[in-house]
Amino acid sequence: MSRRSSPLLELTLCRAKEFIREPEAVFWVFAFPMLLAVALGFAFREKGPDQIPVGVVAPAGDAASRAAADRAVTTLAGSPVLLPRRYEETEGREALRTGKISLLVEMQTPPVFRFDETRPDSRIARLEADDALQQAAGRRDALQVRAEKVTEKGSRYIDFLVPGLLGMNLMGTGIWSLAFSVTNARNRKILKRLVATPMRKSDYLLSQILGRLGFLIPEMIVLVGGGWLLFDVAVRGSLLLLTATCLLGAMTFCGMGLLIASRVETMEGASGLANLVMLPMWLLSGVFFSSERFPDVVQPVVKALPLTALNQALRGVMIEGSSLTEIALPLAIVAAWGVACFAVALKIFRWR
Amino acid sequence: MTGSSSTAVRCRGLVKRYADVVAVNGLDLEVIRGECFGLLGPNGAGKTTTIEILEGLTEPDAGEVEILGTTWAREGDRLRERLGISLQETQLAEKLTVLETIRLFRSFYRTGRDPEEVLARLSLDEKRKARVGKLSGGQKQRIAVACALVGDPEILFLDEPTTGLDPQSRLELWQQITDFRAGGGTVLLTTHYMDEAERLCDRVAIVDHGQVIALGTPAELISSLQAANVIEFLAEPDLDEAALRVLPGVTGPHRRGPNWALPVGALAQTVPLLLALIERSGSRLVHLTTHRATLEDVFVAHTGRALRED
Repeated sequence: MSRRSSPLLELTLCRAKEFIREPEAVFWVFAFPMLLAVALGFAFREKGPDQIPVGVVAPAGDAASRAAADRAVTTLAGSPVLLPRRYEETEGREALRTGKISLLVEMQTPPVFRFDETRPDSRIARLEADDALQQAAGRRDALQVRAEKVTEKGSRYIDFLVPGLLGMNLMGTGIWSLAFSVTNARNRKILKRLVATPMRKSDYLLSQILGRLGFLIPEMIVLVGGGWLLFDVAVRGSLLLLTATCLLGAMTFCGMGLLIASRVETMEGASGLANLVMLPMWLLSGVFFSSERFPDVVQPVVKALPLTALNQALRGVMIEGSSLTEIALPLAIVAAWGVACFAVALKIFRWR
Repeated sequence: MTGSSSTAVRCRGLVKRYADVVAVNGLDLEVIRGECFGLLGPNGAGKTTTIEILEGLTEPDAGEVEILGTTWAREGDRLRERLGISLQETQLAEKLTVLETIRLFRSFYRTGRDPEEVLARLSLDEKRKARVGKLSGGQKQRIAVACALVGDPEILFLDEPTTGLDPQSRLELWQQITDFRAGGGTVLLTTHYMDEAERLCDRVAIVDHGQVIALGTPAELISSLQAANVIEFLAEPDLDEAALRVLPGVTGPHRRGPNWALPVGALAQTVPLLLALIERSGSRLVHLTTHRATLEDVFVAHTGRALRED
């Protein structure tokens, strides 16, 4: 005879140990999102406004027009937006045609701007070049306008990205960890062996969820802490609310993972279903760019997706510093998905 | 169905159909407490389906099951506490260690044995820190039995416990089963090894096509054959069955590999006649052996087929 420990505790510890002993899983949960953030963070790091390449030619080819063209290059270089370069005429046309430059300025009398009107940068270049040349030619502005430049924290791309990656990670980890672990147990008949013991089925399912939630705090620390250390991405709202939001999101995607794994017998089947579920959300739910960009007709669908709602809530807390009431709607959407997934999963779950 | 206190397992009229096959076809069994009962039969005879119905893992299409005087419907949860089960080719989480696995299974039972003691009993204590995935076939089978024993069960269900094991591991496992019975436990096992059944089981039910075709102690089953001995021989060129069939004392000659096997009553009568027959036919005797009839011969006598056709 011996004393027993709590089956729920033992099941949860075993689940956690299985996870830690799977180096690939640890990589995908912790290292991958951070690497992604670093890569994207550098790709979109802060720098001055992009300069638009502009070509200048002297079609007449005589000394006077060449000199005018050279002067125009100097003038245009004074604009912070333009990156002017001198071309021979045919070269210049070729550069415009192939998109190497956005605007071709032909210095003759009067000067001619050649550009593709459908390209926004071409239109900006045209306005900027016109402005610079007019001023150089002696135009005096009737109205003096003062420009004030804004680079506010929280408005950078990385500020947008980190909550999105956090949401994506909560989805991926929740779905993969539940779907794979449970499907593997069914596929290898471990589930069948377990139900041949007095184990409570609810303990098993709960341990799967707790095993996953055990990694929630480290996961948040890596992503939120990493974003803060590397990119100075601050959390403006309450950390408690952020944690609660992550917890809710993690639970919901655990439910989705469980639903995926409720009947499927093979790892391939589980993997296919998981991708089927996650792919639309990767694309539509505003991880890398705002989901508002999709057309109005699909917005109801996009907004109803759990990851869209979770990302909205996470961005609310992190970027806007929203309170619980302000993100109540997206949180309700996330919770509704969670409840629905768990309810269906438990109803159709197959233990063998 | 009335369960007496001496009955460990009783079932009547079990039927289980799958899409295209009737796996169990009206099967009755009674296992007495404290005995080791064997279900012996070829692959596909319905042994696993039967034992899984008895274990409460598979729902029968018809029939009644009574375990320790109660039923799965009435007291399923309580029954689980009292049974130890080893499935056919039990798989366990590969990333967990042997000790972690046993402690996990121990935690499911209200009362049970000390995990360390169970490991020591099954000579697994050296492997306690090894991952389950790294164990040999024999060690995996032992840990499966350890998982079944750690809840200190009254009945041990073992589905083909020694299939695929090396002789040493088989002997060790047989010893574990014997030890368990010494402590008053009941064992129900399935096997397709007749020597295992003869060696371990008090009583054997021979199962074929989902039905019990013979039941009794191994000795009873063997002596129920009119032929207590078997002559096995190979002659070149081969003899034909008709000539063997008419030999006095021979019942049901059959093939065993390339050999002929002749169940006979008295060796002293038949062997000289057989040698004379071979001589007359102009054949050459390659080899000839005789042995006491076994459960294998019982199976052949009932079905006309060998138990293991490999």
